Amino acid sequence: MGFEFKYVVESIPALLQGAKLTWYITIIGIVGGLALGTLAGLMRLAGTSAVGGASYGHFRWLAITSQKVAIGYIELIRGTPIIVQAMFIYFALPMLIEVTTGYKGIRFDALTAAIITIIINAGAYMAEIVRGAVQSVNKGLVEAGMAMGISRLQLITSVIGPIAFKRAIPPLGNQFIISLKDTSLFIVIGVGELTRQGQEIMASNFRALEIWSAVAVCYLIMTTALALILKFMERRIKII
Amino acid sequence: MSALIEFRDVGKSFGPVEVLHNIDLTIDQGEVVVLVGPSGSGKSTLLRCINGLEMVTSGELVVDGIHLPRQKRRIREVRQEVGMVFQLFHLFPHMSALDNVAFGPRKVRGMSREEAHDVAKDLLKKVGLDDRSHHYPAELSGGQQQRVAIARALAINPKIMLFDEPTSALDPELREEVLNVMIAVAEQGITMVVVTHEMSFASKAGSRLLFMDGGRIAEDGDPQTLLRNPSSERLQNFLQHVGY
Ligand SMILES: Nc1ncnc2c1ncn2[C@@H]1O[C@H](COP(=O)(O)OP(=O)(O)O)[C@@H](O)[C@H]1O
Ligand SMILES: [Mg+2]
Repeated sequence: MGFEFKYVVESIPALLQGAKLTWYITIIGIVGGLALGTLAGLMRLAGTSAVGGASYGHFRWLAITSQKVAIGYIELIRGTPIIVQAMFIYFALPMLIEVTTGYKGIRFDALTAAIITIIINAGAYMAEIVRGAVQSVNKGLVEAGMAMGISRLQLITSVIGPIAFKRAIPPLGNQFIISLKDTSLFIVIGVGELTRQGQEIMASNFRALEIWSAVAVCYLIMTTALALILKFMERRIKII
Repeated sequence: MSALIEFRDVGKSFGPVEVLHNIDLTIDQGEVVVLVGPSGSGKSTLLRCINGLEMVTSGELVVDGIHLPRQKRRIREVRQEVGMVFQLFHLFPHMSALDNVAFGPRKVRGMSREEAHDVAKDLLKKVGLDDRSHHYPAELSGGQQQRVAIARALAINPKIMLFDEPTSALDPELREEVLNVMIAVAEQGITMVVVTHEMSFASKAGSRLLFMDGGRIAEDGDPQTLLRNPSSERLQNFLQHVGY
């Protein structure tokens, strides 16, 4: 029983179906994760010299609270397996909401739970990437911006942001690929993504070699596509 | 003449270490103050207190009518009237020379892109770099970068210009072009505080020379007089050290 290519060909439609879903979860997940991660990463740095120095008055309290919330979130996510996070969001969160608020009937479908999981999980790792990139911006440049009397928001959007973003692209790319591969774990909550499609075909024809090879190639194509998109973005951003 | 900058018994500490002690100093509009002194004597710290990059820790510092540290929440208003030029230029690497200079007018003065570019082109011409306006900082020599940085600081039309060793990072043959621009700025009558080891600038453009030593102002006088016959031994030694 050698490698029979016809089983690969037969599996293509179902695998493409799964790959589409994997791609969908990944793209929404990393876009959402990037937004959440940027927010959490900046909150983590609130009131530090990396983003324009100490805040005064009420803002000082706000900065300290932001930092604590961000640290709590990042540590919670980094300290637990993603599969547990997915299970929690899919099965436990609706119960928790019911117990605490008495509100019944909040239940995400598996796909929504999967997307939320990727956003929250990738967001925590991206927060650390954003923090590192922002901290790596030359302090003299930050001071040059501050010395002009621009607001903190202007400082972040016009000076720190563009410089940090360029630095963050390689590690972000890494995280994008990790998140894409993490979607294969959603097999446990029954999302029909690529790995699950492979599993189902395998269960009907027992052609492990052909099916898992085909699944692996599908993942490789998608991770390569992500890497190419990032390369392109990196080249578009002009910082010499 | 009215006081633009007034240090009233100012002290500055970093943690437990006090690096500026009992500074009393009044700088009037139009003065060109040259600040010299050995490394670590507190020149940069004194300069950075003026625009609040460091906040004074005792006494009071009044800059353009704003009292620090009492009104430190208004520090942005101070900074919008004070331009600063750094030793290592610190031009924004992701912007062309033109956009670096237009940055302040756009963000601080709320000018449109076109207005700001007009202001920037004008200033780049004044520092002799109108042919380099679309170059990025990495494509410019150190002397050119520093001239762009001066134009960037001037672009918000500040009342005060601060310079922290603007030529120290430059090769000797590039210093002249920067010093000439600084002399031209001084001739426009803008109030300047300049930390430098270029005694030629002090004697040509300075209206006042301060010698700092150990976090205190040890000498304060007319540059020509002080340079010709330095009264204290410390100043004599220092001038010898910088090769004057
Ligand atoms: N951010 C800082 N934290 C701690 N010490 C500092 C800081 N900045 C400057 N100092 C100290 O303050 C003193 C004066 O420094 P500075 O103003 O840079 O001197 P100068 O510019 O005359 O060389 C030095 O002893 C320096 O080590
Ligand atoms: Mg210094």
